[in-house]
Amino acid sequence: MVTPAIEISGLTKDYPIGFWRKRMRRSLDNLSLQVEEGEVFGFLGPNGAGKTTTLKLLMGLIFPTAGTARIRGHAIEDVSMHREIGYLPEQPYFYDYLTAGELLDYFARLFGYDAAERQKRVGRVLELVGLASSADVQLRKFSKGMLQRAGIAQTILHDPQVVFLDEPMSGLDPVGRREVRDIMLHLKQQGKTVFFSTHILPDAEMLCDRVAVLVGGKLRGVGAPGQTVSFSLHGMEIVFEPVEGARLPRTLGETATSLGTRYRIEVPETKLYEVIEQLRNCEARIVAVSAIRPTLEDYFFRLVDREESRADAAEVVMP
Amino acid sequence: MSSVPGVVAINTFREAVRDRVLYNLVFFALLMIGASILVGEVSIGIDRIVIINLGLSAISVIGLVMAVFIGVGLVHKEMEKRTLYSVLAKPVRRWEFLTGKYAGLLVTLAVNTAFMTVGLAAALFYVGRPLVKADTSILVAVYFILLELALVTAITLFFSCFTTPMLSTLYTLGIYITGVFAADIRDFADFTKSQSLKGIARTVYYLVPNFHNFNVIDLASHGNSIPLKLIGENTLYAACYVSLVILAASAVFSRRNLK
Repeated sequence: MVTPAIEISGLTKDYPIGFWRKRMRRSLDNLSLQVEEGEVFGFLGPNGAGKTTTLKLLMGLIFPTAGTARIRGHAIEDVSMHREIGYLPEQPYFYDYLTAGELLDYFARLFGYDAAERQKRVGRVLELVGLASSADVQLRKFSKGMLQRAGIAQTILHDPQVVFLDEPMSGLDPVGRREVRDIMLHLKQQGKTVFFSTHILPDAEMLCDRVAVLVGGKLRGVGAPGQTVSFSLHGMEIVFEPVEGARLPRTLGETATSLGTRYRIEVPETKLYEVIEQLRNCEARIVAVSAIRPTLEDYFFRLVDREESRADAAEVVMP
Repeated sequence: MSSVPGVVAINTFREAVRDRVLYNLVFFALLMIGASILVGEVSIGIDRIVIINLGLSAISVIGLVMAVFIGVGLVHKEMEKRTLYSVLAKPVRRWEFLTGKYAGLLVTLAVNTAFMTVGLAAALFYVGRPLVKADTSILVAVYFILLELALVTAITLFFSCFTTPMLSTLYTLGIYITGVFAADIRDFADFTKSQSLKGIARTVYYLVPNFHNFNVIDLASHGNSIPLKLIGENTLYAACYVSLVILAASAVFSRRNLK
């Protein structure tokens, strides 16, 4: 039997709140999931959903109120497990008095590598994240994007089998996001397991084999992006240009939105061909047909509404 | 220094060296030692005593300021800036990290104390006083200052594991001041007639580190030799006390949820 890369069972975290710290606020509620070796797994959810709490629990930075987790068969309490994993914290901050090269050398020393090995590894990862020319620059002079890349460099310095990234694209410009995506794809090609949290749905859709959705500390869905409710179609959008003076059928004319010389119409997926036929009959030129997916905001609001209406947890789709 | 605590210690030392505030403190200490020359010159016949006394006091005070103010931020700053997250995600045990931070600060304090001691020696050389055998007591006094700083650093580190820098500073200074008057607290316990006060005073005396025994500045400035027995006792006392405090700090820190 192949050991899963990550096994989480009933993981729960309560934080004491209030002046006397007597009351408890549940940040993560009975989370159970499994990630297989070589998977790119997206951990989705709005702010405050419990994504970072989960990652911090897995890293041993905080301790669970209940539940257990194993990474590549090791209990998370086992420090030797950290030889096989890499972790990029959310909005990473490093010792700003060090240069990028010194920072990575420091981390490499923590793994006990000798000088030659350290030099080789540091050079390789700096090259990989595009920071080779900034190796001697102090981190206090780094931009946010450069810091993120330095963070990824320290994450993969020791060639870990499982990589945890907490909001790796957060705050990056489009170029930076693409660079991080490329590194994640590179890791995927190398057969690494990548577990990353995000609230940017297109990133997850592009990169992930599977995603899990967390809302209010509770798991709301797990599955391949195409299978989960988050990626189901809302309908189809047709943009067309009518022939001058031609009259549109009444049903279309009432629902179409004018975009100047063009019109836009939303139709259910099942009515697509019927509407296209009607447009062709009145000689309208079809400019574009595209799928309408829910925005992240729509999706989260729907889940949050469901949470508030105390929907049954049985809705969760487990693989 | 290839062990985890060693690696962390080197980085802590590097941080301190690159923090320019330290240079200001060392400069201030050297200035005080320099000023002691001037005071020595107007103290006819006792210039040696004045220079050594003021010089050692400056080394002690500056060392204490450094130990407390760097010590309170040692762990707290790492938690606040979340630099600790990346470190603890490596194969690093929390006690290894803590011990490394402690050792790093201790090395920093030792290097700064060494610099200031050289400054004091230069001041003595400047006033044209030849070095004599009795001057070894100055080195013993410096060694005792270092032991004292090791104790203060350990206590500061302990508090910084679970409270804010402000409170850590207050608690540490409170314990330090109480420890300086340890002998008086013991005497009070011996003389008081109230059994409850006697109990409290004795408990405080045994709990709080006895800093009184580490102060041999007067002996050193007067050229008196310091008994070997005291050197041995103080070394053993500091080693045991520091070990216990670091153990307690590790126990607290190992259970702490990092926000």
